[in-house]
Amino acid sequence: MIAEAGLIALWLAFALALLQLTLVGFGLAGGKQELLGSVRPIAVAQGGLIVIAFALLIALFLRSDMSVLLVVNNSHSMKPWLYKFAGTWGNHEGSMLLWVTVMGVAGAAVALFERALRRDTHMATLGGQAAISLGFYAFLLFASNPFARIDPPAADGQGLNPLLQDPGLAFHPPTLYLGYVGLSVAFSFAIGALLTRRVDAAFARAMRPWVLGAWILLTLGITAGSYWAYYELGWGGWWFWDPVENASLMPWLAATALLHSVTVLATRDALRAWTVMLAVIAFSMSMVGTFLVRSGILTSVHAFAVDPERGTFILVLLGFYIGGALALFGWRVGAVREGAPFELVSRETMLVVNNLLLTVILGLVLIGTLYPLMTEAFGHKVSVGAPYFDRIAGPIALILMLVMAAGPLTRWRRDRLSVVARRLLVPAVIAIFAVALLAWVAWGRIGVLPFFGLVVALAVGAGSIAPLWKRNLRRTPLFTYGMVIAHLGCAVSLAGMACDSAFTVEKLAAVRVGDSVQAGDWTLQFNRISPIAGDNWTALQADLEAVRGGGAPVMLHPQSRFFASAATTTTEAALLTRWNGQLYVVLGQEAEDGRWQLRIWWKPFVTLIWLGGILIALGGALALIGRERRGWQLKWRERAAA
Amino acid sequence: MRKLLIWLPLGLFLGFFALFASGLLKPDDRVITSKLVGKTLPAFSLPAAASDRPGLVSTELATGKPRLLNIFASWCLPCAAEAPQLLALAQEGVEIDAIAIRDARPDVDRFLARYGNPYSRIGLDARSGVQIALGSSGVPESFVIDGKGRIVYQHVGDIRADDVPMILQRLKDAR
Repeated sequence: MIAEAGLIALWLAFALALLQLTLVGFGLAGGKQELLGSVRPIAVAQGGLIVIAFALLIALFLRSDMSVLLVVNNSHSMKPWLYKFAGTWGNHEGSMLLWVTVMGVAGAAVALFERALRRDTHMATLGGQAAISLGFYAFLLFASNPFARIDPPAADGQGLNPLLQDPGLAFHPPTLYLGYVGLSVAFSFAIGALLTRRVDAAFARAMRPWVLGAWILLTLGITAGSYWAYYELGWGGWWFWDPVENASLMPWLAATALLHSVTVLATRDALRAWTVMLAVIAFSMSMVGTFLVRSGILTSVHAFAVDPERGTFILVLLGFYIGGALALFGWRVGAVREGAPFELVSRETMLVVNNLLLTVILGLVLIGTLYPLMTEAFGHKVSVGAPYFDRIAGPIALILMLVMAAGPLTRWRRDRLSVVARRLLVPAVIAIFAVALLAWVAWGRIGVLPFFGLVVALAVGAGSIAPLWKRNLRRTPLFTYGMVIAHLGCAVSLAGMACDSAFTVEKLAAVRVGDSVQAGDWTLQFNRISPIAGDNWTALQADLEAVRGGGAPVMLHPQSRFFASAATTTTEAALLTRWNGQLYVVLGQEAEDGRWQLRIWWKPFVTLIWLGGILIALGGALALIGRERRGWQLKWRERAAA
Repeated sequence: MRKLLIWLPLGLFLGFFALFASGLLKPDDRVITSKLVGKTLPAFSLPAAASDRPGLVSTELATGKPRLLNIFASWCLPCAAEAPQLLALAQEGVEIDAIAIRDARPDVDRFLARYGNPYSRIGLDARSGVQIALGSSGVPESFVIDGKGRIVYQHVGDIRADDVPMILQRLKDAR
């Protein structure tokens, strides 16, 4: 019965979305104001129903209901409960249901909590949200039904891909989707504003918290995904420029640009059309990413079950929503007046440069991701790998970071170049010092990109805290702290990336029990290898004793894990985290002579990459809280005065 | 001008849309398994990828003695993991030639200095053109070539330690 109830909830949500869209259409275009009164309750009910549908699917997975096709294909009764739970979204249908659930909840949240927006724009926004949800509900109902039954029921399921059987699955996809799909709110806002022709500072102030919220979650999701790939895949790398990774990076780049342009619009009422464009692009990138991943049009390690019919369905949705939004933009944006002007040397200009550079990186990543598809259309087959992306996007990202340091030190509207330069003196001195130091210590031993990465990270790290210089720290607003911390996070993350590629020590060794290996400053003693058993796997586990200098030995246990229910082997790397880096050990195959392959990395300061990601998200959260709190304070003050 | 700019995004999107549609409608052949097994190598001539090894010309592979053609890249981690096995094969007397994919000479030199150099010749395939002509879809991959320059076996992925005897057997059979 649970599956049927879930399907009914999904159908009802679909019907409510249709109703919501119709009411908004007749209410706004037909001038029937009285129809608009029920739009908000309907949006909330629609959100509630889709949450129920999703909860019921989770229940099916937790109960291991083997009469449901999706459970049979992607679960197994022997799995630990956490992976039964998280396995709900470890597959195509379940993750699409998560997608529409986030979209429905976001719509309900806009209906419940959005107070700053004009009523007609608010209604048009809810209409836009319903229109997008409608297509994805239809996709689930007609092409990816997660509740389909099989008769007779299977004896047991086929298990979940062992690479996914990790706590990372419980955290990474939901956060990523909250960010990914949360951007649909910005998209709907843009549609609403275009329909009602109201793009101004008030609109930007209303949209900003939603963009910020989605962006924080997207940042966390990407950071978590990167760390997960790093320790689970056992390659020691943290970013592979895989199409699916690019699919999450592109919305992030667009959302980062949007975050900054929306601030310009909110503060100075400039960049109106551009901000609307970015709001459309950000969620469009989420949809394009979904299409690329699910249609099987590009090969990727994040393989979903591929079905051309589904690809066609999403492509039609893509054409409808993105094409429709861009056509609306072309048709209506002429009616949006030019915003306020600004001087060449001003924070506005800095933010425009930030936006342009982010857009250029976005374009290059998009082209790199799609290039194999483009050449294939002309009969050539090529592949695009990490070297392209590193070489092309890397230098631009470094320039972007420099602008990031200068931006907050420049005043709004107009500033003097000499004054800005003087404020940048300390970071510049640090940069010169860093160049000299690095050239002396490591010249010729590290690549050009890591070299400048380290220099820029140091200079920008100093530059990012410069806005707090000589300020009354207790009276500095919270959102300024947020910006400082987020920018510092970028520098910290960059430092981690540069340290990893510049200073990583790698060692491949074949060792017998009793042997020891040297890697960097570490000595690893290979004590023994023994079989162990987990809930639904068995493993060969090595016991290694790692010692650095005269320190106390630490035990490390890398494993080679065998999963019976999917007949797959995974490597479980052993990680040892120290303040100045991570020791990463992977157990490989046994050779015929009884020696075991060990791959050992000492990665100095690699953890800074993810620490930086967390700082960026934290900065975003502080900015969000700071802005919202100021809004409430103003409201209370008004109320107290009245 | 402003008018053009306003409609530009839609134009770009329509281009992408057409691209997606064409990619979707095309018959799916992304899983590249070489159809060349049993056939003669395609003709190619590649410049040297490393400072101390010559480049690679397809005709040089038909020398009467079976050999291994390894496809690798300095930026590929599984290739580094594969290196000990290739060294072991070279020690067994196997002649190994290589094609470095999307690489640069200093990077290849550094890779070889670090992981050992089992290769006689290394050609640089800067745009994966030869790799694709060979029917190879990733790195690392290895081909067993018989004395007449025909491909007799394709090994997708890295050669593991327990693959080594099998590769040796294939080379022996190719005689």
